[in-house]
Amino acid sequence: MTKQPFRIPGAGRLTPAKTARFTFDGKHFSGLAGDTLASALLANGVHLTGRSFKYHRPRGILSAGAEEPNALVTIERDSARKTPNVRATVQDLYDGLVASSQNRWPSLSFDVGAVNNIASPMFSAGFYYKTFMWPKSAWAKLYEPKIRAAAGLGVSPDQPDPDHYGSRYAHCEVLVIGGGVAGLAAALAAAESGVRVILADEQSEFGGALRYESGARIDGQSGWDWAQATAARLAAMPNVRLLPRTTAFGYYAQNFVGLVERVTEHLARPDKSLPRERLWQVRAGRVVIAAGAIERHMVFADNDRPGIMLASAARSYLNHHGVAVGRNVGVYTANDSAYHAAIDLKKAGVAIAAIVDLRDNPSGPVVEEARSLGIEVNHGRAVVKVGGTLRVSSMTIEAKGGGARRTVPVDALLMSAGWTPSVHMFSQSRGKVAFDEASHRFLPGTYAQDCISVGACNGTDGLEATLAEGFEAGKEAARAANGVNTKSPPPLTPPRKGEGGTSVSDPPSPLRGGVRDGGIAGRSPSVDSSESWSGGMLGSGPGAGAETTVKAFVDFQNDVTAKDIRQAVREGMRSIEHVKRFTTNGMATDQGKTSNMHGLAIAAETLGKPIPAVGLTTFRAPYTPVTFGSIVGHASGPLFDPTRRTPIHPWSERQGAVFEDVGQWKRAWYYPRAGEDMHAAVNRECVTVRKSAGLFDASTLGKIEVVGPDAAKFMELLYTNPWEKLDPGRCRYGIMLREDGFIYDDGVVGRLASDRFHVTTTTGGAARVMNMMEDYLQTEFPHLNVWLTSISEQWAVIAVQGPNSRKIIEPLIEGIDISDDAFPHMSVREGKICGVPTRLFRMSFTGDRGFEVNVPADYGEAVWEALWEEGRKHGACAYGTEAMHVLRAEKGYIIVGQDTDGTVTPADASVDWAIGKKKKDFVGIRGLQRPDLVASGRKQLVGLKTKDAKLVLEEGAQIVADPKQAIPMKMIGHVTSSYWSENCGRSIALALVVDGKSRMGETIYIPMPDRTIEAEITGMVFYDPKGDRLNG
Amino acid sequence: MAKAATPIAALRRPAVSGRETMATGVRIAVLPPAERISLRAPAGSIGALSQALGLDLPTKPKTSSAKGGRSALWLGPDEWLVIDQTAGDPLADCASVKALHSAAGVSHRNVAFSVSGPAAEATISAGCPQDLSLAAFPVGACSRTILGKIEIVVLRIGEDSFRVECWRSFSDYAWTFLAEAARDAGV
Repeated sequence: MTKQPFRIPGAGRLTPAKTARFTFDGKHFSGLAGDTLASALLANGVHLTGRSFKYHRPRGILSAGAEEPNALVTIERDSARKTPNVRATVQDLYDGLVASSQNRWPSLSFDVGAVNNIASPMFSAGFYYKTFMWPKSAWAKLYEPKIRAAAGLGVSPDQPDPDHYGSRYAHCEVLVIGGGVAGLAAALAAAESGVRVILADEQSEFGGALRYESGARIDGQSGWDWAQATAARLAAMPNVRLLPRTTAFGYYAQNFVGLVERVTEHLARPDKSLPRERLWQVRAGRVVIAAGAIERHMVFADNDRPGIMLASAARSYLNHHGVAVGRNVGVYTANDSAYHAAIDLKKAGVAIAAIVDLRDNPSGPVVEEARSLGIEVNHGRAVVKVGGTLRVSSMTIEAKGGGARRTVPVDALLMSAGWTPSVHMFSQSRGKVAFDEASHRFLPGTYAQDCISVGACNGTDGLEATLAEGFEAGKEAARAANGVNTKSPPPLTPPRKGEGGTSVSDPPSPLRGGVRDGGIAGRSPSVDSSESWSGGMLGSGPGAGAETTVKAFVDFQNDVTAKDIRQAVREGMRSIEHVKRFTTNGMATDQGKTSNMHGLAIAAETLGKPIPAVGLTTFRAPYTPVTFGSIVGHASGPLFDPTRRTPIHPWSERQGAVFEDVGQWKRAWYYPRAGEDMHAAVNRECVTVRKSAGLFDASTLGKIEVVGPDAAKFMELLYTNPWEKLDPGRCRYGIMLREDGFIYDDGVVGRLASDRFHVTTTTGGAARVMNMMEDYLQTEFPHLNVWLTSISEQWAVIAVQGPNSRKIIEPLIEGIDISDDAFPHMSVREGKICGVPTRLFRMSFTGDRGFEVNVPADYGEAVWEALWEEGRKHGACAYGTEAMHVLRAEKGYIIVGQDTDGTVTPADASVDWAIGKKKKDFVGIRGLQRPDLVASGRKQLVGLKTKDAKLVLEEGAQIVADPKQAIPMKMIGHVTSSYWSENCGRSIALALVVDGKSRMGETIYIPMPDRTIEAEITGMVFYDPKGDRLNG
Repeated sequence: MAKAATPIAALRRPAVSGRETMATGVRIAVLPPAERISLRAPAGSIGALSQALGLDLPTKPKTSSAKGGRSALWLGPDEWLVIDQTAGDPLADCASVKALHSAAGVSHRNVAFSVSGPAAEATISAGCPQDLSLAAFPVGACSRTILGKIEIVVLRIGEDSFRVECWRSFSDYAWTFLAEAARDAGV
């Protein structure tokens, strides 16, 4: 089917030759390049596009823009690229587009779910709160799966998103939100001064309402042509970035504004290098909000029938897309702007059945023009009823006060209750709106950020005033950016507009002052002719009042009727915020674009209060829905989080190591040989280290170089240990506390020189220990001459542990005497290994003789390979983190964060020997004196030996003293570390147990789901209790 | 004692070495190793350290100085990153300075990338919230900032050319991020 029966030859701006084919619900159609999906459907006479959220009522296209609440469709590019809830009014048509309707089964015209419409008393306001209360069991079986499936809109895609998304931070002096008349004028004025300007508009072309405002002429050309020429002029300026198809969706602190640019959604075959969407995070000196206004619908019975739409939308489809929304069109209005739609349609050859104007005595040029064109104008009358279900077929007219009814056949009905200034972004900026009594509108009132609202979103009416206001705001923003503070910040109170009647009168609006030259080159464009769209009404119209039970929709997307709002008030909701949540009016993706003011007016009327006393709900980000993809941006797949690898990682990988995640690090967990499972590999590694030696990649350890004449003083303050008397060349195991006295981190510290320490931290603690040190240095100890440098990644660390460790390193070391006399346990030396610089530590985390070889990171792998060659001569192995854990547990060495949990003191962990007894100050010294920390009954770290030596406890398992007590049992501790120790020939464990140190030899119990395990409390050292092997 | 000496350079295996990629308007390449120190010092030591290093340590935020193949980047009120791309040894140069300071060798801690071309700024701006426009961030400007989820130091070395440094274990992330960001930076 290629005919487009509702396309009017000669109308609109699209090129008839440029056709684009598409399907809707499997049916083939054709449209034109430049169409939206909505305009293309209308060109084919299709109004019915979806079923509503709750009642499954047939719905059509209401608008021509982002405010569309009804025409939500699924766009499917392929099986993985299904986008639900796309507004057909903003989806550009491309050749091959595949769209389908939502929320219907089995078909759009026959939908079983529409039974909800008949049962609607059940689903009225507060339905969710009243229904989903009991019984509890119904949640899992009924409410969640069934009711939620019946409600709701499109279906989420079920495959991974194959698209990629761009991301860009941007800075500008002036960000202009909205590219209509006001926005273009502001951007132009600002740009001409040379400052950086970003202009974003959600539509594919700039121009805003000039798209359909046929009465506009600027600088001797049509409004639309002026807009295109202006956009082209801006595009040519190097200081301007034009962002069409870009929605400003969130306004955050300090003029930080989130924009989402739809880069490829309009393309038939997008270039693969292009992101689907791009997130712009803009920091602007000043934001000019030129968001325009949104036309309101009339609230009357069955006002949601397909074919009933906003007057401006019909005008847009006609004047821009060349599409007539019907052949015999009715108009129902409370202001002038709908007359323009009727006049444009009439002139294009479309029959206008009648204009029904709620106002008693509409007058003025447009009314006269309509009459002179032969259009029937009914004043003081209302549309109280419509015919048709899947498409409107008639409207029934009645005088406002009641009386005889007349039914007029129509195939489309245009409506306009007036225009709501779009204060969404202003409200998001934390600005406070103020109610303008004269025009019955909420307008920007008190500003909270450096922004300014211009044009229709500021309540400014008329093209000339809008243009002037935008131009002046642009110039002023540029002046402010250039440091010429000639004017005060944005007004703190709203300028009064004298244009609007309270409900049904509309005196002409005075145009605001002309443009004054502010010293910046550039002339405000001059307006030759324009239209006035002021006036209108709020709330429900005749026939949909409190006495009625009709469905007169306020919020189409959330299926909220005037009756629902009244019911919410009757049921006790007083605040508009409560009414909103009770009825869902203005919630979710819609954010009340068309519904807020009507809902508010009905609530106020029912409450008997003036509108400002009821208040306006807060507008929330996002203005329109934003995909998760664009928020995630590049942060998916390998960029979800950094994966950190050590310099020795490639060697471990070649050896077939199994890696474990430790924070962002990949660490070699164990090195299985052919036929070995984890258990066998770890056992072999543990035995080999104690029998001969092992190599361990300890590069992930945190390392901090502490340098300066006061380095030792600083260390004394940060660690519990004494440092002043530690000789250069020696090391010490240090413990760091928090102020509260609990263990924060630990590690071996080497003193390289009197003014230089090489501090190591736990792998996980590297960053936070550095931060804590820096914090204390800057805030508590700024008098100390000492500086901290993170050297974690400067040094690769190879632990060589075991009785043969000295033999392995000896042939490779230069310039260091590593004999026991010259280089005893807990020493550090600088020298060379394999010809490269090393900081060589003699230390042990296994309990056997050991060394830690630090070399500059890029040499790590080569030095490891050299050590490996030496090690093989002695039967050494490479061992991973699991063996490391077992070996240290055999010796009772704690791991901070595993055996401690932020509530463990040095005494609890039996490492209080590391507290300098004579020290008068260190971080945590006062915390250690707290009554709770010195009282008995604390959980203390002890060893556990299961009665059955083969049984390995579960880490985290709870411990009780008496297994026969009633549940819930009194738990006296838990297992912190537990392993099979091949070296001990039995299982070993560490545990935190209440008063554990005084319970040596006692039996405790670990209740598990299938049995209760007995264990004996022991000391923490399971292997070589005398410690002879450190020099063995 | 030590075996027959292997040339030290042969033992060096830098991270992400030799990687290079092009996209519309931008080229990204991993730069060769360089000597680096993290230099900390109070104001009173700047003169002596400048003399020893052979360049004036910058004292204004977001600025750097350069002489020969050596650059000093202001990172904080008492902190500089000194990068030497020739055979110089800034750590040794500072060792003789008696004035109060801390110099720690970090040559192997960092990996450097070159990001160049008309789309270089847009590439980095994909993950860096700094204003990198030529006016706000002129040639020679530098900053310790972020790229996506990691910390970087960025230095503008030409109108459309940047040096980006990050810690060694983050270099794979930085590379992947920049390469990904480059895809749409110039289109």
